[in-house]
Amino acid sequence: MDMNTPDPSHLPDDASVYDEGLLVSDDSQWAFGTDFEDPLAGVDTTVPDGVDTHELAIYCLMLADDALVMSHRLSQWCSNAPDLEEDIALANIALDLLGQARLLLARAAAADPSVVPALPDGSPVPPEDALAFFRGDREFRNVRLVEADNGDFAMTIARLLLFSTWRLALFERLAASRDHVLSAVAVKGVKEMTYHRDYAGRWFLTLARGTDESRRRLVAGLEATWPLHAELFTTHRAELVTSESGVGVDPAAVADEVDVLLEQVFSMSGVDRPEVAPLAGVRGETGRDGLHTEAFSRLLAEMQVVARAHPMGSW
Amino acid sequence: MTIEYKTELAGSLSRARSVAASVTDPEMPMLTLEDLGVLRDVEIVGDTMIVTITPTYSGCPAMATMRDDLVHRLRDAGFADVEVRVSLHPAWSSDWITPRGREALAEHGISPPGAAPHHAGPVVLSLLPIRRTLDCPRCGSSDVALTSEFGPTACKALYRCVSCLEPFEHVKEI
Repeated sequence: MDMNTPDPSHLPDDASVYDEGLLVSDDSQWAFGTDFEDPLAGVDTTVPDGVDTHELAIYCLMLADDALVMSHRLSQWCSNAPDLEEDIALANIALDLLGQARLLLARAAAADPSVVPALPDGSPVPPEDALAFFRGDREFRNVRLVEADNGDFAMTIARLLLFSTWRLALFERLAASRDHVLSAVAVKGVKEMTYHRDYAGRWFLTLARGTDESRRRLVAGLEATWPLHAELFTTHRAELVTSESGVGVDPAAVADEVDVLLEQVFSMSGVDRPEVAPLAGVRGETGRDGLHTEAFSRLLAEMQVVARAHPMGSW
Repeated sequence: MTIEYKTELAGSLSRARSVAASVTDPEMPMLTLEDLGVLRDVEIVGDTMIVTITPTYSGCPAMATMRDDLVHRLRDAGFADVEVRVSLHPAWSSDWITPRGREALAEHGISPPGAAPHHAGPVVLSLLPIRRTLDCPRCGSSDVALTSEFGPTACKALYRCVSCLEPFEHVKEI
């Protein structure tokens, strides 16, 4: 035996509680090799009276896709962030958003199974994975803000500030949804995203008030992100219909509140609100309609390639 | 329903409750699921033992393991038909960690959470670092510094002690 390899049988009496649990463990301790679980197992997914199930499913896909794609972009920082703490922070935020995405994708599939892409007979892929990995770009309903390339750390922070301020405002209202799955996801999400928004806001301020170089990068990152800001507050049909039936939130309703919060960060940071025109859609269609930018196709290719190669795969 | 049957049912239920309550968290094995506050309910419906748990964070990757551990432990204890349900409402709060759980955390070098924030009205944006009053779980010094609000698991922040210079984890208030 290599002299440097610890021998577990010689652990001192006061060895950590982790030793038995994590070092000497049976396979059931690990997530790998166990079945994927339905994130909504045991949750009552009955749709409230008077709600159009298809529009509810589309609305859930919008919120799910925003979280999934943002999570994917943030996870691309893994092992690439400026230091270990930021690496861990961005991965944690990505994990929270991935959790929200799983619940929302499963909720979409439960509300209207017709939104789930068909897979070969006998495929073990659960509906949430079918939605994440087997839809084409035109079927994704995320806003285009989340799909743009990460840029540098400053640009990632600028985008995260816009995204988390907007999504937190939406979820604070969504907590009152008549759909109790959406309401529960929102109540939990508010707690999580409070940390995300504070994180982005503090780094925004730090970079703006830091060195000339950090400020230059932050201002450039904000200007590059800003053309996708207006789209966040443009109401899509599914958002309108679900907000009218008391299950969704019309994003136009949070525009003023988000504006005030961003102004607070900008003024403390001494950064001017960018004057850049919004990125146009095509024939009026944008991310919510399934119309995306080139960066999104490359993101999807990377995210989906393994799952698509194994439609009968069990993970 | 006979009196004997009712007594037997109550006995099974209390036995199942104590088995479920002794299952430990996969990421913080010094805590039972009960101490962590994720075990919400144990009940018998027909022949099925139904255990309800709630995730700490939406993306908590330990949920599948918790479910498997509960099923295995209850089966080993003689309950053949076990169903684990997830309850999303009310959302988990760090306030649900029991006093015994807080002691266990501190004993194992993890700083337990303070009182969770209660939001009335819009969530306030806070651009200054969070200031918590807490002590180093190793040397007891209150001279500690926040390293990051995000740590090795979704529920923890990273600190270091300025006195003994050791890093430690703090369970976040949520």
